[in-house]
Amino acid sequence: MNNNLRIIKFIIIDIIKNKWLTTYTLFLLILTSVIILFSNDSNKAIISLTNVVLILIPLITVTFTSMHYYNSKEFIQMLLTQPIERKSVFIAEFSSLSISLTMAFLIGVILPLIFNGFSILILYMIISGTMLSLIFCAFSILISISFDEKIKGVGVSIFLWLFFSVIYDGIVLYIYFAFNSYPLENIVLFLTALNPVDISRILILLKLEISSLMGYTGANLQNILGNKTGLLLSLSVLVIWALTPFIIALKKFNKKNF
Amino acid sequence: MIEIRNLTKKYGKFEVLKSINLDIKNNQIISLMGPNGSGKTTLIKSVLGLVIPECGDIIINGINTKSDFIYRKQIGYMPQTAYFPENLKVSEVIQIIKEIRKTEVDYDFELYETLNIENFSGKKISALSQGMKQKVSCAITFLFNPSILILDEPTAGLDPISAEILKNKILSESEKGKLILFTTHILNEVKELSNRMIFLLDGEVLFEKNIERISSGFESDTIFNELRELRKYYE
Repeated sequence: MNNNLRIIKFIIIDIIKNKWLTTYTLFLLILTSVIILFSNDSNKAIISLTNVVLILIPLITVTFTSMHYYNSKEFIQMLLTQPIERKSVFIAEFSSLSISLTMAFLIGVILPLIFNGFSILILYMIISGTMLSLIFCAFSILISISFDEKIKGVGVSIFLWLFFSVIYDGIVLYIYFAFNSYPLENIVLFLTALNPVDISRILILLKLEISSLMGYTGANLQNILGNKTGLLLSLSVLVIWALTPFIIALKKFNKKNF
Repeated sequence: MIEIRNLTKKYGKFEVLKSINLDIKNNQIISLMGPNGSGKTTLIKSVLGLVIPECGDIIINGINTKSDFIYRKQIGYMPQTAYFPENLKVSEVIQIIKEIRKTEVDYDFELYETLNIENFSGKKISALSQGMKQKVSCAITFLFNPSILILDEPTAGLDPISAEILKNKILSESEKGKLILFTTHILNEVKELSNRMIFLLDGEVLFEKNIERISSGFESDTIFNELRELRKYYE
């Protein structure tokens, strides 16, 4: 076992023993089970769960990641005084957090869905939830490395979540209404690609029948993103969203004074 | 051996270390003194690779710290305040370091035994007092038989008996030819332990002094009085 895996193993043991992650997993598990229980149609259950995945998962991810980073800062320092590369410590911290949070999502949301019956939509849900966990984990680590003060780091991380989940959509809607006499479909599509939460939302919604209710925009989105190329394109954008903060955070971590 | 050449470190415009040059040989116990903010911890952290200096070189036993991280295998470091993952047990924390170090040297369990770490090795870190964590940190520092020991205010969080055990350990390790570098504000520790004192002020080495280690007697008082002269720099 190499050093990375050794550290990942111990950080994950530390995270699993943390009551917050267990509570989060149980909360998702109960919420999903209740939604499935009260929905007659599995598609309706997935629509309700889409909101859970898109809102709750990024929020919990940014909060948990930044809190964990600040609480482990001294331990990270101790690891850095050992004969081990800085890069390895960073990768171990990121991997442990993203694996734990993704597992909580898979156990809490996906497991009850699969018990209820498998459909292709679940696969899209897995992709969206996992990618959102990775993206927001990378962003939150980047923010935490950039701010030495815990309160600032956690605050900026939560603002980032608020921006992508609420404020961004507000800005796009404003643009849409302010310039409604112009053909904006492609611009809106481009703006959507700039928000990982929106891409994930569209990825799931396009596979649901309700996309036909979205009118011309829905048809346009279906046309561009509804096929295999569209899926690959969306996935690539999500991967870029995860990789960019990860690489910047790694560079910052390598130069950081502890 | 630690060789420090033109070491400079800035935080923004504030120059914490100003072109420091030092040679520290094996067998020496160096006490690093200086008022708060004089650059002691930054100097130690630069040696450990925790702080990235603007310019200058640090060479540890012939290895430039910029070129390789493996030099840290030869260093045992005890921070001012010990922190470990709260949800892990003491034994698990020790296991992590053992697995990372992959060292094949004989483990030194002396402090592990004399500080009675075994008695609480099954406890979670969150259940330990800060002093107990400091004892764990102390035992880990010496566990891997490193040739260089760097201790940041080592006795600060320890009870008097544990502090005495640690001081005796420092002296016995020095007799084996190890290099020991520690920061302190306690004049008694300087005269009891170190055979060379380096005084930092505003990021510069203000003076260095070789000290004959004497635990009692007239000469000891003379050294003590000389050290008390340092008071003016703290005002």
